[in-house]
Amino acid sequence: IPGGCLTEDLGKVFPAYNPATGEQICEVQEADKADVDKAVQSARVAFSLGSVWRRMDASERGRLLSKLADLVERDSVYLATIESLNSGKPFLPTLFLDLQGTIKTLRYFAGYADKIHGTSIPMDGDYLTFTRYEPIGVCGQIIPWNFPLMMTAWKLGPAIACGNTVVLKPAEETPLTCLYMAALVKEAGFPPGVINILPGFGPTAGAAIASHMGIDKVAFTGSTEVGKLIQEAAGKSNLKRVTLELGGKSPNIIFADADLDLAVEQAHQGVFFNAGQCCTAGSRIFVEEPIYDEFVRRSVERAKRRIVGNPFDPTTEQGPQISREQQNRVLGFIQSGISEGAKMECGGKALGLKGFFIEPTVFSNVKDDMRIAREEIFGPVQLIMTFKTIEEVIERANNTDYGLVAAVFTNNINKAMTITTAMQAGTVWINCFNALSTQCPFGGYKMSGNGRELGESGLKEYSEVKTITMKMVTKNS
Amino acid sequence: IKYNLYEFLFINNQWEDAASGKTFPTINPATGEVICQVAEADVADVDKAVKAARDAFRWGSPWRRMDASHRGLLINRLADAIERDSAYLAELETLDNGKPYAISYTVDLPTVVKCFRYYAGWADKWEGKTIPIDGDYFCYTRHEPIGVCGQIIPWNFPLLMQAWKIAPALATGNTVVMKVAEQTPLTALYVASLIKEVGFPEGVVNILQGMGPSAGAALARHMDVDKLAFTGSTEVGHLIQQASGSSNLKKVTLELGGKSPNIILSDANMEDAVEQAHFGLFFNQGQCCCAGSRTFVQADIYDEFVERSVERARRRVVGNPFDLKTEQGPQVDQEQFNKILGYISSGKREGAKLMCGGGVAADRGYFIQPTVFGDVQDNMTIAREEIFGPVMQIMKFKTLEEVVTRANDTKYGLAAAVFTKDIDKASYVSNGLRAGTVWVNCYDVFASQAPFGGYKSSGNGRELGEYGLDNYTEVKTVITKVPQKNS
Repeated sequence: IPGGCLTEDLGKVFPAYNPATGEQICEVQEADKADVDKAVQSARVAFSLGSVWRRMDASERGRLLSKLADLVERDSVYLATIESLNSGKPFLPTLFLDLQGTIKTLRYFAGYADKIHGTSIPMDGDYLTFTRYEPIGVCGQIIPWNFPLMMTAWKLGPAIACGNTVVLKPAEETPLTCLYMAALVKEAGFPPGVINILPGFGPTAGAAIASHMGIDKVAFTGSTEVGKLIQEAAGKSNLKRVTLELGGKSPNIIFADADLDLAVEQAHQGVFFNAGQCCTAGSRIFVEEPIYDEFVRRSVERAKRRIVGNPFDPTTEQGPQISREQQNRVLGFIQSGISEGAKMECGGKALGLKGFFIEPTVFSNVKDDMRIAREEIFGPVQLIMTFKTIEEVIERANNTDYGLVAAVFTNNINKAMTITTAMQAGTVWINCFNALSTQCPFGGYKMSGNGRELGESGLKEYSEVKTITMKMVTKNS
Repeated sequence: IKYNLYEFLFINNQWEDAASGKTFPTINPATGEVICQVAEADVADVDKAVKAARDAFRWGSPWRRMDASHRGLLINRLADAIERDSAYLAELETLDNGKPYAISYTVDLPTVVKCFRYYAGWADKWEGKTIPIDGDYFCYTRHEPIGVCGQIIPWNFPLLMQAWKIAPALATGNTVVMKVAEQTPLTALYVASLIKEVGFPEGVVNILQGMGPSAGAALARHMDVDKLAFTGSTEVGHLIQQASGSSNLKKVTLELGGKSPNIILSDANMEDAVEQAHFGLFFNQGQCCCAGSRTFVQADIYDEFVERSVERARRRVVGNPFDLKTEQGPQVDQEQFNKILGYISSGKREGAKLMCGGGVAADRGYFIQPTVFGDVQDNMTIAREEIFGPVMQIMKFKTLEEVVTRANDTKYGLAAAVFTKDIDKASYVSNGLRAGTVWVNCYDVFASQAPFGGYKSSGNGRELGEYGLDNYTEVKTVITKVPQKNS
């Protein structure tokens, strides 16, 4: 909030933990409803007609985002270290993937700021008419703990490019890197009130944002369960615009003609990346019958080789789950898998005495109606099922309330085209998984969310279109 | 930088002698003295540069395989390097072209940097479409680069014209062979050293200094150049278009001359209109393709407008371009100098009323006095032909319909302006003028985001803005048979 990162009264604080050890890193101030009110007020003032932010050249907004990207790049080792410490993500992938993704996203949207075009329109009658793409206003943004920095960039990038002001609440598990970004926002030279960052909890600060009468739009990434609450809150309050990026139970379909080595490795990364804590996790792997046994065998062998350990060890592939709560939840799903009759091929237990580690776990002989096959686990648990025909697998893959991503591995162009058309999913990958890039729109069908982030589509969610029609003496083409 | 870098051509990220070994001098127009010798490219050098550009464009090359976003990053780095060296570049620009240093430094250089940054942002956002065609097919378009692009630029805004050309070409993934104006080769060559510094692969940008009839013509008729972009006179524009037709039908875009009307209605804010009309004509020593060189003033305010314009022109400070008080430097060379003086003579001969100026402004260099003609008739030479110097023509009109007709009565169509407070008159005039840019209550307002180009003989195609990318793109449609299409 303008004036610095501290509010006047050092009120409530809450701890930030290191999930590799379970130990507290430090304490962080806790924002509540009164702080949300204050932040919204400052964002509203920064957005007023005639303000520095409203009068700024669009290209200059882009320059500020570019500057922020440069600062993140300058401090990327520090940011990667804090991100790793607070979230348990292995350090090297954090440095090379998360930090690069963050920088590239900021740079991408920096480039869009002065390219958001309205149109001039040949309407009927003696009128001159054109559209302006205006910022919506004050945008509330609530982000999750699985990719703290990247999620910050995905949210700030388009909102700022379009000229909005922002009140952003990072996840209570991972407030630290977002707070450091706040310092960089100030260093980059954003006018006061344009970006406000409040660490706090969902039921208090998050709910206050979702139901605030002074917020024009809320963007939420997190669980489908909370997504529903956000949508209700918007409906009950001021009908603020809502975009949601929620959970998934994404199908990964492997045909018998696939490159088996590639498919096994991609399916492995697709579910185990980030300790299974991805909304895109390829958590239902459908393998065509002829190659099923071999696929399971290779996947188990790969899972057994997965190195779980200290995030700061460069050989570590998998760190801890984010919290004790998440760890217990995942272990609970594993138990239900066993009790419902799936075959646990490897893993299944918590690892180590400290922190929240879980062994990479593989289930085969999974039936579609088992809990593990229907609900989002968000942990290192791979499920492998078998299928016979393409029509069957399409129906089973789509048989879910989710619809975030899907993938297909095959050499056959016709199978690929058929699957990509048939999948009810916002992103479909062919012979790859988790291939995401800032230029490509991303989001969910059905209960995986609404709206798209990234790409040009990401800008639409942060603009309000105004049509201006002026009477003319006579119109000519 | 090499002390004598300007003596070489820039091909394949190397500094090369001209094949013939020939050089030519570049002159400081404020003094008429030689600054230095510069390599002179001819047909053989153009061939070499085109080969380098073609090789850099080959399937599988580093440039072709590069992420679009990385092309954007390189262009951004170039912008940063130019910004870093802007004081030096502004000095060099002023030395070689004669424009006041205060303007080079505060206008030309920042605008150049912004142009590169604007197009850097487009590199990974120039998207094709997927299209619901009839039948069981999946259809999409790819926006591909055209290939090797020849670019020929003028001497009036050397750095800015280089930016307008190479920024969109590089953003879309093309390779470039650029021939710079013989009058002003220096700053483009310095930028070449920055292109190498920031890491563009070899052969992506090649820069040749040389003459129009030799190096320029060789580029225009080259069988292995896929596209030519030219900014310069309408006369040479005709030649370029013909050369394309008689060689390989290379795509051509042209940004040519103008005789732009500036229409002042009687309800205009007089002070603003006088100052903007003055600026619109005299800026850059009158050497702008879009100069407002026919100032139409409504009858009831005509006398006052002329009086005020003459007073303003008399106050215009002509002098040493490095003096920060100077508003107007020399014309770019002897040829232009003689041509402009010739037009002034014709104005007097044909009966226009010389209100001020009309002669040479200094003993050395190519300085001309700010000159104003009143009572100009539409059929006079000074009212029909592009003068490209500090000579203002003021004519009188009665009604809106009349002035729009007279304003459009020209083979040109580059820019136009109208000064008025009335909302209906502003839209009537701006919609009626056949010009690529119409300014309302302002003049010479440019932005990298806004397309610019000419109607009629002022050119074809648009530069800047998203539209500027079209000129550097080949659209490929890909149609794949699918077993069963669903919406």
